[in-house]
Amino acid sequence: MYETSDLRKNLKIQMDGDPYVVIEAQFVKPGKGVAFTRTKLRNMITGNVIERTFRSGEKFEQADLREQTLQFLYADDSYHFMNTETFEQLELPGELLGEDRLFLIENLNVSVLFFNARPIGLTLPTFIEVAVTETEPGLRGDTATGSTKPAIIASGAKIQVPLFINEGDWIKVDTRSKEYIERVKR
Amino acid sequence: MQTIRSFFDESGYVEIETPCLVPATVPEAHVDLVGADGGLLLQASPEPQMKRLLADGWNRIYQITRAFRAGEHGPWHNPEFTLLEWYRTGAVYDDLMGEAEGLVRRLYAAVGREPPPFARLAVDEAFSRWAGWKPSRTWDEERFFGDLVRAVEPAMIPLGAVFLHDYPAGASSLARIRPDDPSVCERFELYVQGIEIANGFTELTDAAEQRSRLEEANAERARRGRPAYPIDEKFLLALEAGLPPCAGIALGVDRVVAVILGFDSIADVMSFPRSRL
Repeated sequence: MYETSDLRKNLKIQMDGDPYVVIEAQFVKPGKGVAFTRTKLRNMITGNVIERTFRSGEKFEQADLREQTLQFLYADDSYHFMNTETFEQLELPGELLGEDRLFLIENLNVSVLFFNARPIGLTLPTFIEVAVTETEPGLRGDTATGSTKPAIIASGAKIQVPLFINEGDWIKVDTRSKEYIERVKR
Repeated sequence: MQTIRSFFDESGYVEIETPCLVPATVPEAHVDLVGADGGLLLQASPEPQMKRLLADGWNRIYQITRAFRAGEHGPWHNPEFTLLEWYRTGAVYDDLMGEAEGLVRRLYAAVGREPPPFARLAVDEAFSRWAGWKPSRTWDEERFFGDLVRAVEPAMIPLGAVFLHDYPAGASSLARIRPDDPSVCERFELYVQGIEIANGFTELTDAAEQRSRLEEANAERARRGRPAYPIDEKFLLALEAGLPPCAGIALGVDRVVAVILGFDSIADVMSFPRSRL
């Protein structure tokens, strides 16, 4: 159990059956009155941000959150993962993964977040190495101008790459910014 | 500080000093004090001593002092802060609203900034408008502070400077009940951009009434599992001997400076806020 005075940035609590992460917590107190904490909370399932003001002494349940590293196997109508220790498989719908689904490559280890044993989100590794499957032919020698062109990578995402990148090249991508980092040798 | 002092010098006030370390206090239900060795406390406000000076015959006094409140720490709170407090005999809260407005306007001018518009708004009117009820009709402390923080204070942010006045009798603190309407008291708070800057009253001068309110504050503290504080008997004696009709106000100096300069916390105007110690 947490109390109002425990509310701090990044604390995870459970409210009305949903997990919330505190994004902002501020002490407020009218001169002759009781203390409050004014907060902004993000619903960890829907992503919605709400504002709530709590009286001091209110109690909160800790959100039952657990992270597990799973390996991505393949996608059909949904996305299939496996626990490489127990070989248990897990199926996640595309809506839950959002844009991240376009960065899933075979055998990639990802971290899946569970709330009360129910999967609610996924965190990709910061960098992935992936092949370029589709792009305009490269301009040899042009490594300096900084111009970019669109490319589609093996996992399905469309990102901007430098002009010298060719189909079949392997590149390193930052999954947070969805940006090209560098070409890698394979 | 210079602007504040010249404002009061020009208005015929005398600057005085009273101790920060005191053996007894005027307990408030929701203010926790900082204790020191030897049974002494650090003051939450210089109010009892300043009123004793009025009872001794002073007419217009002010001081800039340090006040201490345990556990108060946030963008607009620091456990130690600078308080400006002034008292005037023969005055009522209405006079002090005028004086506070004059001072705040002067402070804006001192830093070359345009002062906001000033407005006056009764508590009942503000709550009817933004929270849908009149606290003076059906007093409910829990609901009052909840709605104040959730609805009324945020609604006042765009209004500039607002004197919220005529608090319900249940939130009278050390203020006089209005003779023509016992459901409210002669108390106001000045808000600038939704931030509480000052709190003023026509002072309660009835010693028996004062004692019962202080005892009630201690009882409320006990109900909330907070320690009771020793009541300042010498202050009550001064009231019994006769405190002339007067009005007084306390203004948070760190806050008014931060608000005028457009900062969003008092830490921005303190050399050593708690977080830097």
